[in-house]
Amino acid sequence: MGMTMTQKILARSAGLDSVEAGQLIEGKLDLVLGNDITTPVAITEFNKAGLSSVFDRDRIAIVLDHSTPCKDIKSAQLCAACRDFAKRHEITHFYDVGQMGVEHALLPEQGLTAPGEVIIGADSHTCTYGALGAFSTGVGSTDMAAGMATGLAWFKVPSAIRVNLTGKLPKFVSGKDVVLHLIGMIGVDGALYQSLEFRGDGVAALEMDDRFTICNMAIEAGAKNGIFPVDAKTEEYLKGRVDRPWTAFEADPDAAYTREVTIDLSALRPTVALPHLPENTKTVDEAAGMPVQQVVIGSCTNGRLKDLREAAAILRGKKVADGVRCIVIPATQQIYLDAMEEGLIADFIQAGAAVSTPTCGPCLGGHMGVLSDNEWAVSTTNRNFVGRMGPTSSMIILASPAVAAATALTGVITDPATV
Amino acid sequence: MKIYKYGDNVDTDVIIPARYLNAPDEKSLASHCMEDIDASFASTVEAGDIVVGGSNFGCGSSREHAPLAIKACGVRCVIARSFARIFYRNAINIGFPIMECPEAVDGIHAGDQVSVDFNTGVIVNETTGQKFQAAPFPEFVNVIIENGGLLKSLKARGVAK
Repeated sequence: MGMTMTQKILARSAGLDSVEAGQLIEGKLDLVLGNDITTPVAITEFNKAGLSSVFDRDRIAIVLDHSTPCKDIKSAQLCAACRDFAKRHEITHFYDVGQMGVEHALLPEQGLTAPGEVIIGADSHTCTYGALGAFSTGVGSTDMAAGMATGLAWFKVPSAIRVNLTGKLPKFVSGKDVVLHLIGMIGVDGALYQSLEFRGDGVAALEMDDRFTICNMAIEAGAKNGIFPVDAKTEEYLKGRVDRPWTAFEADPDAAYTREVTIDLSALRPTVALPHLPENTKTVDEAAGMPVQQVVIGSCTNGRLKDLREAAAILRGKKVADGVRCIVIPATQQIYLDAMEEGLIADFIQAGAAVSTPTCGPCLGGHMGVLSDNEWAVSTTNRNFVGRMGPTSSMIILASPAVAAATALTGVITDPATV
Repeated sequence: MKIYKYGDNVDTDVIIPARYLNAPDEKSLASHCMEDIDASFASTVEAGDIVVGGSNFGCGSSREHAPLAIKACGVRCVIARSFARIFYRNAINIGFPIMECPEAVDGIHAGDQVSVDFNTGVIVNETTGQKFQAAPFPEFVNVIIENGGLLKSLKARGVAK
């Protein structure tokens, strides 16, 4: 029986010739990640267990991105604990305010993730790096502590759903629409414990930023990981970022899949997810006219340069509607700089949007855009759960940067082709 | 003991909302446990109570604060139709018992008296007399649970120093 792409990567990390779905393995890790919310819990467990040293100071990344720049005293104390730990163990890839960005945009940008690598992160959206053909998955703080100490993690080898992508995305449709459409098709537990392996002739035309967005939200279908094949676009992205050797894995032709799903990219419409689950998807046509008070453009899902370009193209020379607060958050310092040099930041500010330093902030209702009672937001983030961005009466509609920007101009859910 | 029964897709944001993630200890987390889905939970839950959920229990964020908060409330275990995978491994890694058993979820209601045996995976609804068999853990996972969590297990094996 052949292996899926994910299974091949896991087999190598476990030092095995082959693995099969359901098998429990212990794999060697190429990178262990944590942020300012999950790392402090990992540090407590690390110290409580009497562990003294990390397995490799070059293979741990700690990114202070969630409550930063610190929103309150407690957050500042948690960041201080991370800072102390990073200093004591001489962690090479420690990112504090000024260098930090939203972790899942930052790590690939900095060349810390490469094809064929095995990466765990104490953050559920660690699955983002599957866009580069890596196996990466979210874990908890105890896993992070164990990973930092041993360089190992236990995994149940996943089965996989094959997602065949065909055709080419139309104008105003992007990776976010692809993944929302997919989650709408299979549900928030549609890929539970499984991999989502993206294949097909539609892959080649997808930009890397779209692939990152798609893999980022694999967790929102319950998946362990999402993964794309390595192609010319991947190699182009890696140039100048990754100089260590890496391996491109391919699924065996006879790999078994539990299910196959086909998405014709050329037939997709801009798609949104209504409260309170990412599977509650509607096309923009069906949701058009729903009023919102806040628009958030950013996050590990949609804070990359392509996202900002698409939003700016819609906002340029126009004004955010009265009664709407539009918040734009470039995901990393480099993206912020690039957006500034391209004039996108000026476009946002002139349109009446607020532009923030990189942070996860509003996505999890932390800071930089918390909602009030009964308010509605359209957000390019990844979760619209009850109380995610504010009180339990507040509502989130998930959307692409293009739909979010068009909505900012009108104050109601709007098809970007109409503004 | 009491049963707290919830539906499908109980996410980690309602188990412990992000606004409390900077809480300094497990007791503070416990005081806000389930706040956004069941405001009375934290003030009424007692040691030995059992939480019953539908499918995809614990979906969403990787925050280990979620199983930690439920554990710190004194909850004996969570029984669900299925668990989101990060919550599943987090519970195992901190040595908190979870049981996957769709039949038990259908056969247990608020007000029932329920007993559980983690060694055999047998769940008994003492009120109705019904017995249920939860999916057994693989040996590898049992070793983690028996050692009281992942780090203790790695230390016992001599892998972590």
